[in-house]
Amino acid sequence: MKIYKCISLVALIVVLQTSVFGQDMNALVAKVKAKLDLVNDYEADGKMKTDVAFIKAPLGRVKVYFKKPNKFRLKKEGGISLLPKGGISVNMNSIVGTNDYVAIFSGETVLNNVKVKIVKLLPTNENSDVVLTTMYIDEANLLVKKSTTTTKENGTYDIEMTYGKFANFGLPDKVIFSFNTKDYKLPKGITLEFDDAEKPQTEAQKLKNKKGRVEITYSNYIVNKGINDSVFK
Amino acid sequence: MYKLIQIELYKIFRRPRTYIAFAAVFSLITIIQFGLKMDGKTYADFMMKDLSSSITIEGNILNGYLVCYIMLQLLLVHVPLLIALIAADMISGEANMGTLRIMLTKPISRTQFMLAKFIASSVYTLLLLVWLAILALFVSMYIFGTDDLFLMKSSYVVLLKNGDIFWRYVGAFCFAAVAMLTVAALGFLLSVFAENSIGPIVATMSVIIFFTILSTLNIPIFNAIKPYLFTTHMNDWKEFFDIQVTENNEAIIGSIQKPEKIVNSILVLLLHIVGFVTAAILVFKKKDILS
Repeated sequence: MKIYKCISLVALIVVLQTSVFGQDMNALVAKVKAKLDLVNDYEADGKMKTDVAFIKAPLGRVKVYFKKPNKFRLKKEGGISLLPKGGISVNMNSIVGTNDYVAIFSGETVLNNVKVKIVKLLPTNENSDVVLTTMYIDEANLLVKKSTTTTKENGTYDIEMTYGKFANFGLPDKVIFSFNTKDYKLPKGITLEFDDAEKPQTEAQKLKNKKGRVEITYSNYIVNKGINDSVFK
Repeated sequence: MYKLIQIELYKIFRRPRTYIAFAAVFSLITIIQFGLKMDGKTYADFMMKDLSSSITIEGNILNGYLVCYIMLQLLLVHVPLLIALIAADMISGEANMGTLRIMLTKPISRTQFMLAKFIASSVYTLLLLVWLAILALFVSMYIFGTDDLFLMKSSYVVLLKNGDIFWRYVGAFCFAAVAMLTVAALGFLLSVFAENSIGPIVATMSVIIFFTILSTLNIPIFNAIKPYLFTTHMNDWKEFFDIQVTENNEAIIGSIQKPEKIVNSILVLLLHIVGFVTAAILVFKKKDILS
């Protein structure tokens, strides 16, 4: 009988603790959101680097626009841009911009010598494309250092953020998107290439090749100066 | 010598046959441009079907630079056949008309005569390429505008910046000129052996078609002989449109992936030109023109 009481007590403590941390996490995410809410809109210049195994592309200059609640547009200044499908438009504002989620505490870790809390966000809206978001939050500065988002349509991608001058607004200086890519192969009859067959890739190379990265280094943020809606069309 | 070349050029451009090639290039390019202008998006979507499942591509993909690349891919395989029409007729045409003997009664050496003939056919070849460049590149740039060049190769894609493209086309056309002169030299050589035009023209076309098929077949047993076929090297103008990347996979603007391959191919083609023309001169020197 005593054993049952002990087990019940431990279970109660676990449930209560989870509930308390859950509340804490909601509060923490709300604080992060409040910080991001300081920004009604912004535009920024940036340099974009695409690192996908099957893409040979030079650095490109981009312009990024955001407007509340979740309008986001990345434009390349002239030229052709190659962006990971769906993923690039996801930013912190669009993740925590709504209240349709449940935040769950999932532990602590250290990222780049900064202690961060791991928070999982489960969307409550069944129609949401996002299935799960894991955020690594620097509690002291209320900054999201990293997030991993799993979507229904576009797979899983990681976003790593480095902050600098605009940390007060929660705007990163550098963002790295990591995403899965599919194999790329076109028949030589279509590309009209008739060189000798290239060497087959090893399994390790194939695995490495499936990860793609897009790195955007921002500069010249213009915050809360108003942006015309036509920019997002 | 200059006078001789002038005479040969006059003869070339007096024949209606000469303009068939210019008309054919014009018709083909116009039709391709019209098709791409009307329904190019469908073509581009089809090409990018595989890629667009994981990557979103934004921008004016179907611009003049890409249109020109598509046309060069299609035409540079077939232009040699048009060049053969003239180059393979240079000596055999004269023999057929019985004018060889009269021409060689003039105080010129047979070598001078042959060089003038080859230079004249080279001028025709280069003019045809310039015509191709004007229509395929400049007219396409005018119709479709210019932008970055997005090329889809069989195992990777290349994105070239707008400002990093034109010089590549200049290089590609110069390379194509050497490649086409090789064809002209081959036709010129074969024309020495015949007394009528049809034989060397068909023979030149047959050699080009036969070698091109061997060059493009991806059967391992033929891979060993591919480097020795000039048609394999003729395709290397595409190397101008491949770019080097750094260790971080960042494309280096202004670079070429395999410049040594281009140099090697140019040398091989030049060697063929010298070989074919020398052989033609040597054979012609001993040729009986009294028949």
